[in-house]
Amino acid sequence: MVREAEVRTPLILGKDVTYHKITEEVCAPVEGKANKYWWGVFTLALILGLWGLGCITYTIGRGIGTWGLNTTVGWAWDITNFVWWVGIGHAGTLISAVLLLFRQKWRMAINRAAEAMTIFAVMMAAIFPGIHMGRIWVSYWVMPLPNQFGSLWPNFNSPLLWDVFAISTYFSVSLVFWYIGLIPDFATIRDRATGPLAKRIYGVLSFGWTGNAKAWIRFEEVSLVLAGLATPLVFSVHSIVSMDFATSVIPGWHTTIFPPYFVAGAIFSGFAMVQTLLLIARKVLFFERYITLQHIELMNTVIVITGSMVGTAYLSELFISWYSGVEYESYAFINRFSGPYAWSYWSMMTCNVITPQLFWFKKIRTSLIASFILSIFVNIGMWFERFVIIVTSLHRDYVPSNWAMFHPTWVDIGVYLGTIGLFFTLFLLFTRFFPVLALNELKSILKSSGEAFRGKDAHHHDEEKVEA
Amino acid sequence: MTTQKFLYGLYNDDDIMVSGIKKIQGKGVKVNDAYSPFPVHGLENVLGIKWTRIAICAFLYGLTGLTLAMLAINYFMVVDWPMNIGGKPSMDFYQNLPAFVPIMFEFTVLSAAHGMAITYFLRNMTLPGLPARNPHPRTTDDHFAIEIAPEENAKYSKEELQQMLKETGVVEIFEKERIVKFI
Repeated sequence: MVREAEVRTPLILGKDVTYHKITEEVCAPVEGKANKYWWGVFTLALILGLWGLGCITYTIGRGIGTWGLNTTVGWAWDITNFVWWVGIGHAGTLISAVLLLFRQKWRMAINRAAEAMTIFAVMMAAIFPGIHMGRIWVSYWVMPLPNQFGSLWPNFNSPLLWDVFAISTYFSVSLVFWYIGLIPDFATIRDRATGPLAKRIYGVLSFGWTGNAKAWIRFEEVSLVLAGLATPLVFSVHSIVSMDFATSVIPGWHTTIFPPYFVAGAIFSGFAMVQTLLLIARKVLFFERYITLQHIELMNTVIVITGSMVGTAYLSELFISWYSGVEYESYAFINRFSGPYAWSYWSMMTCNVITPQLFWFKKIRTSLIASFILSIFVNIGMWFERFVIIVTSLHRDYVPSNWAMFHPTWVDIGVYLGTIGLFFTLFLLFTRFFPVLALNELKSILKSSGEAFRGKDAHHHDEEKVEA
Repeated sequence: MTTQKFLYGLYNDDDIMVSGIKKIQGKGVKVNDAYSPFPVHGLENVLGIKWTRIAICAFLYGLTGLTLAMLAINYFMVVDWPMNIGGKPSMDFYQNLPAFVPIMFEFTVLSAAHGMAITYFLRNMTLPGLPARNPHPRTTDDHFAIEIAPEENAKYSKEELQQMLKETGVVEIFEKERIVKFI
């Protein structure tokens, strides 16, 4: 067993932590009963989600005319929400894949929940292009099917088709990565379950996991290779999403800076959402010893770095639009910060560029309340970023007689709020039925990075008697 | 379905288990397998288990995916129905290659990841609905079990094997039947 240097801050706090205690504490929310706060928030989220589903049904029944779109602004809240959710869905796989390759052990306490969040966020994202098609029942036409529909194949030169492949690959690979990690932990719950129904359900979910030596070897190899495969995916997905805009000829969209700028923004917003969710989860689920202040601080560091990258991108965009000497290009940006949508531009600038810079101060970086508030700011700011990019670039195009404004209808708002409701419904269910922390990974670092094993060469002893 | 009876020693610490395996092996006993709640590093060397070749499979699945994607895109976009998009006709695969890269890449990753995942499930015999085969429920919590096949260690009697296990700091010794083969 390789131990870390004594001066390092331990990743698992508590002098009395044993393997069994980790199991007990992580399984407690699954095995216990939900309290009234959980039910309260769950009911609220479910109502919001059901309202959203109603609005989606209404959209499908009546058509896209129920939204505030017009001939000038043909993409608005729908694609804003899509890009926002996909962006949020970037942190999970970044944490579990990229940080695995970089051997960052602190990922182990947050990767499971972050990946769950990723999967739910990508599901929410996928709703928007789906319903924006108008005729969702023919959405399978995006697949390269034998062409009895006429002699056409989907256009493989089109970034919209790249997006279909990118999002579905990202979603399914993230799901598999997440689930493979979950199997041994489901087995733990299965072997502890007392009720026959729980035993049966977790028995099926754990695929009959044994945990023998060869299975663990394969587990580690699969985790490593999947991390290697998922890492370029993290960077490619939002690059491809950005190409939906960047390969067009619309001033304000047609920029080569988009792929890296979108990826940085995605990681930025994803970490902010992880921060928002986990700051609450660690408190209500009593995971403070696993998700420590050090974890919070490290995530804030990622937020301030990616936030600065995004800020740099905003300023380069402004500079290049002037430097290009193209009238249309310059106007698109002048209109952004001084036109009728200037309020959204300045909201974006405040929330994404200015407020995250407060994280340079250690006091703020390690304050739970400040982290929570600033993470909400980032979530709002990143929504505005996508709104600014999409709507302000479209609403004043080349011919002034075409100029228009976008006004969301109650259906636009309902669908958006609905996805937030559905997202929280899924996440709340996750905290009740899934092991929120990666049990097997935490146990594997307890001896090397746990406070309980600091400063002594002791073996782990659990004095409890074990019955056969 | 084939089952076999094994002798198990249960430990409450990974380091004690590893040193226990070494002690028993020193007396010429073959330790068949070990069960743990998390990956114990270096265990494969002690047990003499070969490292998995699943990564090679993943590479081959990826290569298959890449080939399939290239063949399919070439058929759709160049052979079957060439399109002239923005004055850039798709006359051959090579000229359109940059635009085909994203989907070629995505499909490579898709095939490699899912092919490897399916191989992983099949090789481990972990599929939905299969029964749990760990010898003791606490091997998924905080205990570690080593498995000895008495038939393969015929030079020692069962009592001698149990005595040997006792000396390595086990918390429990038991015999149990386990499924060794499904088909």
